[in-house]
Amino acid sequence: MDAIILQVLNGLDKGSAYALIALGLTLIFGTLGVVNFAHGALFMLGAFCAVTLQRLFTLSYTVIDETQTDFLGNPKKVQIPYVESWFGEDFGHWLIDWSVPLAVLFAIPVMILLGFILERGLIKHFYKRPHADQILVTFGLAIVLQELIKYFFGANPIPTPAPEVFQGSFDFGVLIGFPPNAIIYPYWRMIYFVFSLLIIAMVFGFLQFTTFGMVVRAGMADRETVGLLGINIDRKFTIMFGIAAAVAGVAGVMYTPINSPNYHMGMDFLVLSFVVVVVGGMGSLPGAVLAGFLLGILEAFASMNWIKDIIPGIDQIIIYLIAIVILLTRPRGLMGRKGVMEE
Amino acid sequence: MSKTTLTRRGMLRTGAATGAGLALPTIFTSGASAFTNEPGDSEVVLGFNVPQTGPYADEGADELRAYELAVEHLNGGGDGGMLNTFSSKVLDGTGILGRKVSYVTGDTQTKSDAARASAKSMIEKDGAIMITGGSSSGVAVAVQGLCQEAGVIFMAGLTHSNDTTGKDKKANGFRHFFNAYMSAAALAPVLEKLYGTDRSAYHLTADYTWGWTQQESIAAATEAMGWNTVNNVMTPLASTDFSSYIAPVLNSGADVLVLNHYGGNMVNSLTQAVQFGLRDKQVNGKNFEIVVPLYSELMAKGAGENISGIVGSQNWDWKLEDEGTKAFVQSFGTKYGFPPSQAAHTCYAQTLIYADAVTRAGSFNPCDVAAALEGYEFDGLGNGPTLYRADDHQCFKDVLVVRGAENPEDEFHLVEIVEVTPVTQVTYPPDHPMFAGGDLGSCNPGA
Repeated sequence: MDAIILQVLNGLDKGSAYALIALGLTLIFGTLGVVNFAHGALFMLGAFCAVTLQRLFTLSYTVIDETQTDFLGNPKKVQIPYVESWFGEDFGHWLIDWSVPLAVLFAIPVMILLGFILERGLIKHFYKRPHADQILVTFGLAIVLQELIKYFFGANPIPTPAPEVFQGSFDFGVLIGFPPNAIIYPYWRMIYFVFSLLIIAMVFGFLQFTTFGMVVRAGMADRETVGLLGINIDRKFTIMFGIAAAVAGVAGVMYTPINSPNYHMGMDFLVLSFVVVVVGGMGSLPGAVLAGFLLGILEAFASMNWIKDIIPGIDQIIIYLIAIVILLTRPRGLMGRKGVMEE
Repeated sequence: MSKTTLTRRGMLRTGAATGAGLALPTIFTSGASAFTNEPGDSEVVLGFNVPQTGPYADEGADELRAYELAVEHLNGGGDGGMLNTFSSKVLDGTGILGRKVSYVTGDTQTKSDAARASAKSMIEKDGAIMITGGSSSGVAVAVQGLCQEAGVIFMAGLTHSNDTTGKDKKANGFRHFFNAYMSAAALAPVLEKLYGTDRSAYHLTADYTWGWTQQESIAAATEAMGWNTVNNVMTPLASTDFSSYIAPVLNSGADVLVLNHYGGNMVNSLTQAVQFGLRDKQVNGKNFEIVVPLYSELMAKGAGENISGIVGSQNWDWKLEDEGTKAFVQSFGTKYGFPPSQAAHTCYAQTLIYADAVTRAGSFNPCDVAAALEGYEFDGLGNGPTLYRADDHQCFKDVLVVRGAENPEDEFHLVEIVEVTPVTQVTYPPDHPMFAGGDLGSCNPGA
C-alpha cells in the first residue's frame, strides 16, 4: 500500500509539470488556433531564468589569497559574490540560497515579454497557415532556442538546488498513519505540486472571474462575433500567449530543483504534453489539467517492478497506450469539445 | 611436329613483354597508396571525432582542447607536456615522421549513425589517417567498426563498455580508457572495506551496451564478496525523472543503491535518490549507501553537493602526483585556465601513443602501427606503467577509486582519490566470459 501511495505522489509531481505545460498549450491553441511546438522550449527557458538569476546572484569579484594556491601552484583567486559584498554576507547568502523561488518573480515579466515578442514577431504570421506550417515553424523555433541556450550555458545539467530549508524529505507516511520511514517524500516535490495547483487555480480564476477572461473565453468560442462587437480580440489573444508563456516559464523555474536544467529538457516534455492535450481534449483547459495528472500517475504506476514483470517495457508505452484507448473510445478526448480540430 | 625458331629479335620482344608483365603490378601500385590515406611528405591529417553537440558536448569540448594541445606539442609548440615525461623518446616535436600534424574535427552528436557519418567524411574527404575521440560506448563500437572497414586506425576516446574491447573488438581499434570490469574489480575491495560483506544492492541501469556491461561487472564483483543483488531495473537512456524508479528501492529491503548511469542520467538519478532521503535512511541496521561505478568530473559538477561521500572509479585524475600528470595539468591548465578532465587526458594520451607507434614503426601503414601498439609497454603518460595488450587492444594500468569530496575547497576539488588500485588487481584473461564472443580479426590497411 505504501508503495502505491508513493507512486501516486510521484505521479502527482510529474503530472503537475504535464498539466502546466498542457494548460499553456491549450490556451494558445484555444485562443490563437496555433499548434505551438515551441512550448516545451518556453518551459526550458523558464528553467534557465532560474539559472540566470542564480548566476546573477553569484556574480563575483576576484580577490587574490596569498595564503592559498590554485591547482597550478599560483596564488589562489577567491571569488566573492557582489551580493554578499553589497548587502552583507547573511542577506547575500540568503539571496543566493533562495534564487529558485525568487526566479519565479524574475521569470514572469521575462516570459510574458518573450511571449509577446514571439507572437508578434513570428507566430502571428502563421495564423492563417495550415497546422503543418505552424508545427514546422514552432518546432524550428524550439530548436533555435535550445541551441542558443546550449551555446550560452553548455550542454551539461546545471545544479539549481532548492533553498536549504526545503532540501531533503519528510515522512509523509506518518501523517496518514503509516509506520515511520514507510513513505518518504521530498519537500520540494510537494511544493511543486501545491505550486502547480495554485497556478492552475489562478489561470482558471483569471479566465472565469475577470472581464478580460470573459472576453477571451467568448473569443475562444466565437472569435468573429466578439470582433464584430468592436473588441480587439487579437490584442487579448496576444496577451494570452504571453500568459501561457509565463505559465510554462514558472513551471520550468520551479522544476529546476527536481531535475537539474539542461538545454534539452523542453523537448523531453513536449511530446508527452501534446499527448496530454489530445487525451484531455483539444481546446479543453480542464481536460488538459485532468489528463496531465491522470497520465502522470499512470506513468508512475507503470514503473512499478511487479507491473513491469507482467508487461515488460510498459513504463515506456503506457501514455501512448492510454492515448490510443481514449481516442478509440472518446475520439474528442476526455473533455474535448465538438468542432475543435474537426474541420 | 612443329618447329620453333628462336631469333634475336624474337628473344628481345619476348623478354620485353615478360619484363613488362612482371613489372605490371608495381607500375600500377607505385603511383597509388599502399594503404588508406597515405600521407604526403609535408603533412598528416588526424580526425578528431567528438560530441560537439548533444548531451556530451561539454565532454567533447574538453576532448577537443586536449587534441589541440597534443597536436601543438607534436608539432613542437608549447611546453611539450607529456612528451617530456613519456618513456618513449622517439617523438621530437617535428610532427609525425617529419610531417606536420594537422587535424579535422567531426561531430558525433553522441549518435552512432552521426558519428559514423562524420568519421566517414573525415576519412574520405579530408584524408584522415587516424580517427579518435567520442564519449559513448555505442559511438565507439560503431566508429571502430567503420575504421576497421575503411582501413584506418581508431584510437577510442571515452568508452567504458566491456564490449569495445570484448565482443566488438577490432584489429584496427585501440582503447586507452579503462572498462566496466576494471571499475568493478577496483571498487569491490574498497566497498567491502567501507560497507562490509553483508549488503543487499539494488541496481538502476542505463538500458544500453555500457549500462549492461557495467551492471554485469559490478554485480559479479560485489556478489563474489558476499553482497546480494536484490533487483536490477533497466532505465531508458532518455529518462530524466527517476523518481518512479527510485521509489521501489525504499521498500525493497536493499541497503545499497548502485547507479549504473553516466552523464545526465547519473546527475538526475543521484540527485533524486538523495532528495528521496535514501542517504539518511537506515535499512537492515545499516546506513543506506549509494555507489556510482563510473565517475567523471563534469558529472560531479552537475550533481553538486549530492556527490559528497559517493564512491566510484575513474581512469585518471588531475590530482595524481606522477610527473606525467603534473606535466599535462601544467600545460592544459596554463592554456585553458582549469584542470583537464579524464576524457581530455585519455584523448591527449591516445594521440601521443599513436604518433609514437607510427614513429617506432617508421610507417603510417595501419598494420605496421597496430603491430607497434600490440603488446607495447610504456610509462610517463599519467597512469604509471601501462600495457596495450595484443590480444584485445585494451590498455592495462592502475585504476582510481574516488569519492565525492565532503567539503570541496573549490569547483576543481569535487572528487578525492581514495585508492590507486594496482593494475594486477584489474587485469583479466583475454578469454574472460564478460569479454567473450568477439574476434579481433586481422588488421585492414584499406586501399
